[in-house]
Amino acid sequence: MAEVESQPDELGHWGIYGGRYVPETLMAPLEELTAAYQAARVDAAFAAELAALLQNFAGRPTPLSFAARLTDHSRGARIYLKREDLLHTGAHKINNTLGQVLLARRMGKRRVIAETGAGQHGVATATVCALFGLDCVVYMGAEDMRRQALNVFRMQLLGAEVRAVDAGSRTLKDAINEALRDWVTNVADTYYLLGSALGPHPYPVMVRDFQTVIGLEARAQIVEREGRLPDVLVACVGGGSNSIGLFHPFLGDDKVRMVGVEAGGRGNELGQHAARFNQTGGGRPGVLQGTMSYVLQDANGQIANTHSISAGLDYASIGPEHASLHDSGRVEYTSVSDAEALKAFQLLAKLEGIIPALESAHAVAHAIKLAAELTPDEIVLVNLSGRGDKDVNTVQESLESKT
Amino acid sequence: MGRIETAFSQSHKEGKPGFIPFITAGDPDLATTTELLVELGNSGATVIELGVPFSDPMADGPVIQRASERALRHGFGLSEVLACAAAARARIATPIVLFSYFNPLLQYGVEKLASDAARAGVDGVLVTDLIPEEAVQFAATLKSHNLDMILLVAPTSTDARLQLIATHASGFVYAVSRAGVTGARENLSEQAELLVKRVRQFSSLPVAVGFGISKAEQVAATLRYADAAVVGSALVAQIEMRAGAPNLVPEIGKFARSLIPAGVQTR
Ligand SMILES: Cc1ncc(COP(=O)(O)O)c(C=O)c1O
Repeated sequence: MAEVESQPDELGHWGIYGGRYVPETLMAPLEELTAAYQAARVDAAFAAELAALLQNFAGRPTPLSFAARLTDHSRGARIYLKREDLLHTGAHKINNTLGQVLLARRMGKRRVIAETGAGQHGVATATVCALFGLDCVVYMGAEDMRRQALNVFRMQLLGAEVRAVDAGSRTLKDAINEALRDWVTNVADTYYLLGSALGPHPYPVMVRDFQTVIGLEARAQIVEREGRLPDVLVACVGGGSNSIGLFHPFLGDDKVRMVGVEAGGRGNELGQHAARFNQTGGGRPGVLQGTMSYVLQDANGQIANTHSISAGLDYASIGPEHASLHDSGRVEYTSVSDAEALKAFQLLAKLEGIIPALESAHAVAHAIKLAAELTPDEIVLVNLSGRGDKDVNTVQESLESKT
Repeated sequence: MGRIETAFSQSHKEGKPGFIPFITAGDPDLATTTELLVELGNSGATVIELGVPFSDPMADGPVIQRASERALRHGFGLSEVLACAAAARARIATPIVLFSYFNPLLQYGVEKLASDAARAGVDGVLVTDLIPEEAVQFAATLKSHNLDMILLVAPTSTDARLQLIATHASGFVYAVSRAGVTGARENLSEQAELLVKRVRQFSSLPVAVGFGISKAEQVAATLRYADAAVVGSALVAQIEMRAGAPNLVPEIGKFARSLIPAGVQTR
């Protein structure tokens, strides 16, 4: 297995990125969490318990599907889909929440809090809390609650309390602020179950580690099917967890290209997209919510509002490891507009019988473009991070508003 | 000894209570901020904390969040905040500490911030989300411009962290009274007193206590063991309530003076 150079330093830095930019109150809990995670990481019993849950509760391994008709449609490279959409709760988020809930239990925490954007992480958190009988509070932006009403109800059915956040842009960023405020107030008994490879150390590295199961499986599956590694990996990048989970086990394979797809939204101006690496669109290094990374911001360092048709990509910053992979050039980043994602959403449904999450549809849209530029000897492997049930209403509204 | 430590030892000598008001720059507007700084300086403040508004104030409760939102609607940057400080500096000698999240400072440029802040007569900088581990370069830059780096300690801080913070802090140490965000509380926690005692094992700097202090009795109780009490949200709530009133500035001065206990002997 390619064990990669991309490990952060002891305080979670990849070069200038990452680290811990938090109020002092959170330092002791972060140090406690880091120590607990370091211990769990080398504990065979922890690994075995997690592996059993991933298999028997979440539904791993997920299949790797050859997308025959999409490949024909693109007239180029062969397209494979890593089917994280088939996991319990409908997205890759459960890989991370299962890992972290086991950690919370080891740490003796009885109360779990989380933020959610699309609601997928909130549902995954509510699910594992139900599984283990823990109290669960999920913070969600009021705008996202509107966009993802079905997921709000799902969380409630699972016994979680969903708290609406009515500040700022009322999306993921504001939900994270509120979760951090809760954590800082209730540090003693509360576990903050962060949902992406974001935030202060150790979250970016821990969430990544829990998501690398995607890349490890995909690697073994493609080698078995095709007898070789893929030429290009494609994944959508919100906070960056499904993408880093796919990419990381391949980072040492120089011949494997990797493309992260950000939300291009409806335009290039600040506020109209969530493409943090779009430097003419306001993305540049900065500090937000505990970590240094690329941040969409105005000239005064105020964090910009963002827009994406997909709530899960609608965030002003990006996980710090991606910032480092961007600067080193190891991973390419591009963006796909709302309209292109919508088209890919419909195309995948019609051609492959799979309704993808709008987030994942961004990756599919780019994969189609890319495949068309490549030859049939080449392989493009796309992470289908989630299923689109939650997005059916949004897509319907959006299609109807156009006709 | 910098201007901040001098101010503490001066008021200590004179038996004056240590009192640190906090206001958000640009709330209700920048011109009023300057007048408020002057008024607070003339009302017995030992040090004044001038908050730099930020779009994502994750360590703040609703009162200061709203103040930041109001201020940001004016659409100004750090230079305008420093201009307020400079205008006040011409009229009062009270030390001024910039209180900010890191990103606005980082985007302004740390070197430029330090030189411009020093030129504006600012005495120190406190960055809510900057711990000493991440502040190595920031600390050196402040130091080269004779600015104090005020650091926070919290009830959750381990002894090892208190020691680390003590070696990097200057001016005074800001002890957070309880785990939580800014905002008034009915009852002050006993954690604060214990924390201040622990800090003093590692640092000889003055120790101020803040977060949750909103009443004169709480200020007085805090001063029995700490060198100063910080009042933020309670003051900002008064500014919110009186915004637009012609007598806002003198009323805030009156409110501030009402919080300062007469003749309380500090430690
Ligand atoms: C299905 C799906 N894919 C992708 C994302 C984006 O997150 P990340 O970049 O952490 O994978 C989300 C977030 O909610 C999601 O629900």
